Amino acid sequence: MTANIMRDPGDVSAARHRLHVISFVASKYVPVIVLFMLSIVIIAPMVWTVSTSLRKGTESFTVPPKWLPTDLAVENYAQVFEKVPFGRQIINSALITWGTVVGQLISAALAGYAFARLEFAGRELLFWVVLATMMIPIQAVVIPVFIFLRNLGLVDTLWSLILPAVPTAFGTFLLRQYFLTIPIELEESGLMDGANQWQLFYRIYLPLVKPGLAVLAILSFNFHWNEFFRPLIFLIDNDNFPITLGIFQLQGYMMTGSIAVVLSGVVMSLVPVIIIFLIGQRYLIEGIMRGAIKG
Amino acid sequence: MTTAKLQSGGGLWHWLMQDTMDGLRRRRAILGYLFLLPTLLGIFIFTAGPVFVSFGLSLFRWNIFKPPDFVELANYERLMGDVRIAISFGNTIKFTILAVTTQVSIGLLLAMAVHRVTQTAMRYYFRTAFFLPLLMSGAAVAVVMGYIFHKEFGPLNYYLGLMGVQQIPWKTSADWVLITIVIMSAWRNLGFTFVLFLGGLSNISREVLDAADVDGAQGFRRLWSVTIPLLSPQILFAAVTGVIGAVQVFEEPFIMTRGGPGNASRTAVMVLYEAAFKNIEYGYGSAIAVVLFLVILAFTVVQMWMSRRWVFYQ
Repeated sequence: MTANIMRDPGDVSAARHRLHVISFVASKYVPVIVLFMLSIVIIAPMVWTVSTSLRKGTESFTVPPKWLPTDLAVENYAQVFEKVPFGRQIINSALITWGTVVGQLISAALAGYAFARLEFAGRELLFWVVLATMMIPIQAVVIPVFIFLRNLGLVDTLWSLILPAVPTAFGTFLLRQYFLTIPIELEESGLMDGANQWQLFYRIYLPLVKPGLAVLAILSFNFHWNEFFRPLIFLIDNDNFPITLGIFQLQGYMMTGSIAVVLSGVVMSLVPVIIIFLIGQRYLIEGIMRGAIKG
Repeated sequence: MTTAKLQSGGGLWHWLMQDTMDGLRRRRAILGYLFLLPTLLGIFIFTAGPVFVSFGLSLFRWNIFKPPDFVELANYERLMGDVRIAISFGNTIKFTILAVTTQVSIGLLLAMAVHRVTQTAMRYYFRTAFFLPLLMSGAAVAVVMGYIFHKEFGPLNYYLGLMGVQQIPWKTSADWVLITIVIMSAWRNLGFTFVLFLGGLSNISREVLDAADVDGAQGFRRLWSVTIPLLSPQILFAAVTGVIGAVQVFEEPFIMTRGGPGNASRTAVMVLYEAAFKNIEYGYGSAIAVVLFLVILAFTVVQMWMSRRWVFYQ
């Protein structure tokens, strides 16, 4: 800079200096401004959903679109429960998700521990078999599973969704990674203190992999709360539907009616996932990144 | 109570509970099998076994009227001649390529931009904003976007109109409908690729980036020869999981367009669903499932094979 000032006549150097400052400021702030505008575009559909869900039917599909809630028409939310058995469906979603998450935590913690810390013949082979099944999409097995569940008499029950979802290759793999990070010395000192094999697992290891359990619980909660394909096939009766099918039904009934009611259903379906996200976003994001690091 | 009795009785219990290294090893091995039992059994019943059953079923004709009838490859022959299926698989492959490219490239750009933001509150805001759509169910996204993309009353066409763009028939034109579904699914899945790449960027060691600075790598060159190679494991992961997810696309077209107009947004999973659970043809449905599985496998194998050339582990 100083060299420039000495060589150039005053005016030019000042202009150059200004250009430098401008390009510096631009490179610092332009990306942020662009990001900010993009973030608004990305959030806009959600904002529109919430504000439209609070509008009167006649005001719900306006041109130009409105962004702030105008009427606070909470009766839309009440109407959701009249059109479909939404209360029942919320409970169904909660039961399906709760059962699946708890089942996955138990079975995957046991299996992940076995693969990480116990030695037995065929361990590597079994581990690769489990990993390989992660590649299999649900559609490739849905027909035999449906026939099997029907023969067991489980079709159109919540069990048809919970039972097949409990064994989890992904969860087993994830928790194995967490168990592997725990120093083996802890186990030795546990044995010195006279702990038996079950106590080693339950008292020493399990509390130390709580973050892993949280990651699995949150990912699994999100996935199964939002599931659509399996419920569509395995369930028949409205009263057994989860909330995702409820929204689908609402949309079908409302083809000509008020979209505000449909959007009220959407908003209600989002509340639990948002709450869980706010509580556990650290785990959720960690879970996503973990998958890639070792995978 | 029985412990004492069994212990004195010796035999199996004694063999297992011996206070020696051998006894310990045996106990741990048996515990290992016991701990694996629920998961292995479950995976065998609900995933590994049914894959083979699907292959087997695809060789049968089986509908509500008749008992299963072994027909060899007839289902596959029928599938080859079925225009609707050809269109649906074509749509699925087109959708997969477009959707994965979009969500990986935009997610990468967003992550690089946010990575440069130093202020904690702003980083937090951007991270949350880009991640939020991922929390919505596919069903909710399809319902909401069905309204947003409405030709006459949708907010999107209104704002495009202000910019002088003619009303776009997002859902009702065969030329547009796949693009519409790509946009919807990219909107939702950006959160995933974005968070993945942001994590990858924060793992890149400072020294490497400083060395790039010293060498004068800037702008596009730096992106191409420094950042992308360093993020290649995450990019591969995003591409592989992205493809597996995209090939299974279902809710969005099923709820928003019912596969239309015509067959323009019908996908592979939709024809599988229709064959097996609307027309109750389990054999034919299984044949579609097998082909779908092979498509996913082919995509994955090609990606893994190509990755040997470009993925670089730090």
